[in-house]
Amino acid sequence: MRRNAVAVVGAAETTELGVIPNMSQLQLHADAALNAIKDAGLKLSDIDGIATAVETPQQIAHYLGITPTWVDGTSVGGCSFMLHVRHAAAAIEAGLCKTVLITHAESGKSMIGKLPRSIPADSLQGQFEAPYGVYGPPSMFPIPVLRYMKTHGITHEQIASVAVFQREWAAKNPRAMMKAPITVEDVLNSKMIAYPFRILQCCLVTDGGGALILTSADRAKDFPNKPVYILGTGESVETPMVSQMRTFDSSRAFTVAGPTAFREAGITHKDVDHLMIYDAFAHLPLYGLGDLGFMPHEETGKFIADGNTRPGGKLPMNTNGGGLSYMHSGMYGMYALQESVRQMRGIAPAQVPGAKISVCHGVGGMFAASGTVIFTNEK
Amino acid sequence: MAEPARARPKPTPETQHYWDGAKAGELRLQRCDDCSNVYFPPRPFCPGCASRKVSVFKASGKGFLYSYVINHRPAAPGFTPPYAIAVVELEEGPRLMSNIIDCPQTPEALELDMKLEVAFEKLDDAITLPVFRPAKG
Repeated sequence: MRRNAVAVVGAAETTELGVIPNMSQLQLHADAALNAIKDAGLKLSDIDGIATAVETPQQIAHYLGITPTWVDGTSVGGCSFMLHVRHAAAAIEAGLCKTVLITHAESGKSMIGKLPRSIPADSLQGQFEAPYGVYGPPSMFPIPVLRYMKTHGITHEQIASVAVFQREWAAKNPRAMMKAPITVEDVLNSKMIAYPFRILQCCLVTDGGGALILTSADRAKDFPNKPVYILGTGESVETPMVSQMRTFDSSRAFTVAGPTAFREAGITHKDVDHLMIYDAFAHLPLYGLGDLGFMPHEETGKFIADGNTRPGGKLPMNTNGGGLSYMHSGMYGMYALQESVRQMRGIAPAQVPGAKISVCHGVGGMFAASGTVIFTNEK
Repeated sequence: MAEPARARPKPTPETQHYWDGAKAGELRLQRCDDCSNVYFPPRPFCPGCASRKVSVFKASGKGFLYSYVINHRPAAPGFTPPYAIAVVELEEGPRLMSNIIDCPQTPEALELDMKLEVAFEKLDDAITLPVFRPAKG
């Protein structure tokens, strides 16, 4: 894809984040969409492309009253929105549409109008995983981590430090759900969920949503906010069964999506000013740092524990507080994208001074899918 | 009221041989007749080379503990926490999810790379689940 040919010209989250008992999941989509459309200074009738996940594009288009000429219902878990950005950029470049709205929302906590997630007994997961007692992401996502730790020499304390430093970022963010400082000891003494992970190493469960509006870079300069350009993108999928990953030492989907985005962007790791790595659980930033090529996996735990990703560190990461402390409605990718856009606009609550390039890396399912978007504010 | 039962697999035409094997006390895998790739989960073609010439065979049932969690909460229906959800790497190569029986469900007892052997747990007349226990000797 051509660098900087497409830009984000509208970005917003739902008016409220956290516990929203007075709104259905569908209305959360609309709330985020209307906020993003207002942010872009557009009318609903200006939107001719629509992408969303879990909910169908027809549901969102109908509810908002949009008649699109291009739709994308890619639904591969929490990174679906990274893939939507990639697909939308290609569609705009190909002339299939001019102005794309990407929406996400989830009533993850209040469960109002939320579509059921079930695993059929005759699916591969239903036959070969569910009978062994997996029950939701906390029982599945951490399954690879003990092997990762043994292979790469990572300690429990190092992984706990992920949660500690993200809480430091969250403390700077008025919209973050959890702001009170925590220590490594607090993390390692918190309630056990699925050994080796305790509750402070697992994401929050909240309600909320977000929306993005993309258009061609040529048009982007006419919008009210500073355009944020799409510099590079990547995507892949591996398997819906965590037990069937090629290895637990790495994520194959990460190693395809991340490096593809770096090649497309034509940047090196030294060029990265700001980094988001989807942290549904505390081990994901380690996998991300290694699989995106920032450093060998053996060094990821020490790199984080030494404070390199905390406020003031040389590689600011998950600066909104992440899924561990900011919010996590179930599909966190949209919130990581929102934070990258804020950082590139220069308006983030914990702004990284002078940041020009932001890498936003997402995961879907339990390492099932991955999407990476690299943004810049310089054309 | 009865306790909620653990999730029960429902075989498909492509997986029936695996579940028939478990009922007969065999762990059955598939091997490609063209490229010798051994694979799991079951399907009537080789995911390595796309050949449809594949054979079902009885696996050794031997393997080692590749990774695991010990689930505390929330517990799946039919399970009493804490219980380990393990991934076992078989001698033949493929990995599969399982439970570890005859072993304390603790980090001290569950050592990565410990040798395991298959056992079978009957759920009902139709379904028997392969599980694993620490290997003897």
